Amino acid sequence: MRYTQKHLLAIEGLHPPEIASLLDLAENYVLLNRSGKTQRDLLRGRTLINLFFEDSTRTRTSFELAGKRLGADVINMSVSTSSVNKGETLLDTAATLNAMNCDLLVARHAESGAPNLLAQKVEAAVINAGDGTHEHPTQALLDALTIRRRCGRLESLTVAICGDVLHSRVARSNIHLLTTMGSRVRVVGPPTLMPAEVADLGVSVFHDMARGLAGADVVMMLRLQRERMAGGLVPSAREYFRFFGLDAEKLRHARPDAIIMHPGPMNRGVEIDSEVADDPERSVIREQVEMGVAVRMAVLDTLSKWTGRNV
Amino acid sequence: MSDTLFAGVRLLDPATNLDTHGDLLVRDGCVADLGGGLGRPDGADLVEAEGAILCPGLVDIRADLGEPGHEYRETIASAAQAAAAGGITTLVALPDSRPAIDDPALVRLLRARGEETGSLTILPYAALTKGCRGEEMAELGLLAEAGAVAFTDGAHAVASAKLMRLALSYARGFGKRIVVHAEEPTLAAGGAATEGALATRLGLPGIPAVAEAMIVARDVRLARLTGGAVHFAHVSTAEALALIRRAKEEGLAVTCDAAPPYFDLNERAIGDFRTYAKLSPPLRREEDRLAVVAALADGTIDAIASDHQPRDADDKRLPFAQAAPGGAGLATLLAVTLAQVHAGTIGLMAALELLTARPARLLGIEAGRLAKGETADLCLFHPERAWQVESGELPGKAQNTPWDGRALEGRVLGTWKAGRRVFGP
Repeated sequence: MRYTQKHLLAIEGLHPPEIASLLDLAENYVLLNRSGKTQRDLLRGRTLINLFFEDSTRTRTSFELAGKRLGADVINMSVSTSSVNKGETLLDTAATLNAMNCDLLVARHAESGAPNLLAQKVEAAVINAGDGTHEHPTQALLDALTIRRRCGRLESLTVAICGDVLHSRVARSNIHLLTTMGSRVRVVGPPTLMPAEVADLGVSVFHDMARGLAGADVVMMLRLQRERMAGGLVPSAREYFRFFGLDAEKLRHARPDAIIMHPGPMNRGVEIDSEVADDPERSVIREQVEMGVAVRMAVLDTLSKWTGRNV
Repeated sequence: MSDTLFAGVRLLDPATNLDTHGDLLVRDGCVADLGGGLGRPDGADLVEAEGAILCPGLVDIRADLGEPGHEYRETIASAAQAAAAGGITTLVALPDSRPAIDDPALVRLLRARGEETGSLTILPYAALTKGCRGEEMAELGLLAEAGAVAFTDGAHAVASAKLMRLALSYARGFGKRIVVHAEEPTLAAGGAATEGALATRLGLPGIPAVAEAMIVARDVRLARLTGGAVHFAHVSTAEALALIRRAKEEGLAVTCDAAPPYFDLNERAIGDFRTYAKLSPPLRREEDRLAVVAALADGTIDAIASDHQPRDADDKRLPFAQAAPGGAGLATLLAVTLAQVHAGTIGLMAALELLTARPARLLGIEAGRLAKGETADLCLFHPERAWQVESGELPGKAQNTPWDGRALEGRVLGTWKAGRRVFGP
């Protein structure tokens, strides 16, 4: 089963073959990118707009590069959300984009569900590049590609997702993807950073790194934003690092060949120690960035084929 | 250290449900043997006391030590002296000192200072919020790692329900309880006595009794929401106890303790503006005192704690509303509890359990057991021997007892810490 939907708004609800087809296509793009070649005819004449209502460097750059490697005309729009009413801006923007005949719209927004609203209003295929604390589907796909290449499979793995699950769209998308593909997902962190009834998403919950990491094949760290400490969810950075920061001592509980992942940007000395972040054998953090471009090329490729507005 | 043989005493240990006439031998700081007809090893000290009871050293889970910051009221050394005289060998200290015990180094310091006394194990509660100010959660994980047994802001409830929710949730991750002084702070502010006819006649600003039930109701619901564990200290009203009883029936991690003033005295003790009877929470009506007694008897209450709050004469020699609340309680803990036994409201074994095994179990403290191999922390007391409480004559520094002049039955004859005699002739 190919991926046949018009948009990519969420991982939740996707079927294993849809996910696998995107990853298979992405594999081809990994090879293409490594060979130094491009495929500039694929999206020639198509318009890709990176519509970012929230600051991002990595994701936007990754989509920009993916679009350009496939030959699309890429335009970056950064929209400040501070000055105007958000709902109005969003719909106004949708009308503007329609007038521009945009084909592919990559959208990031601080509010959960904003890309869904855009998808109802624009003619372009919408790719969610992160919405609030809801989903970040291309991040989960690039993580899955990284895991599949390193571990050889996506099923029957034990994956520990550690840290600020409460505020993490990366965690939610990864939970949906990995459980859909048949892996066991654990979430590990202080209770104050766990969403209510998170076990309902099909994960097991741990508040202790030693137990949460025991026997894990994959250790996925999440970024802890500084404002979480001001908000009183965590008392201090030193306490967080002591109990929930990944260091060599805590990593000992995972499998000896476990890989270390982080969606970036990292807070070294808060959620991750440099010793493990920079471990040449086990850290795949830089590989994740490489996979990001390939996965986004696969997504752009797939959506451009199935939107029906073929050039 | 030479051996000690306690011969012909009544051995009473709630943890093992032991109640027998016999002997107990202490060797190398531990209980080497206990039972009937133990021989006296060469050179062993002999302790004989007709009609006396030997039980585990008492475990007091709520006391203010004065130190650091209020050394004019009490010091660790003087508190240890008063504790030894009261048969207490393990004590959990409140953190709302100056500075507040909100740093791991301070937790370690207090534990070490306890060891230095040689007579008292001090286990600190750590501050729940930084500086006990009720604004930001303290470093609960690091504090627990340093040896804090639970968290509390001492004499104040956390005003913010949101902060309390986060703290209960966060503390659960470290398997620790939050201990609550249940008194709604905005209702309690400026109050000096329980609101009612007596306070009205005396012209004292009142604190409505519901201030307690309000916080209990809130925190029981937050415990249910978060899965956290909450312990209510010195519960004093019937309504609060009813809420706690219901929470326990529901299976929530809710516990509570009682302090002697609240089951022994009622608001009448303030009489003619006696500031030694000004406590926090304030003494209650007789109906509430009876409810505390009933809760002791039916098991709703998990521990009896001294709630020792040392104050010096200058803190108390003030117009009632301006006087500092708090009563000294270490030396009288056992005797005031025994008054309930003598009155027939609670059995001796159950009363001692509330002073030893139950508080130890509640906070995961290794103490409060009389068994072979256990550390020989012991309390020898005579259950009927009469004495009179006299302010000025109490052991330790703090003399602010609410029982000044009261005749009590039941006297500590001797206290042993790890086999060494720390109180008694």
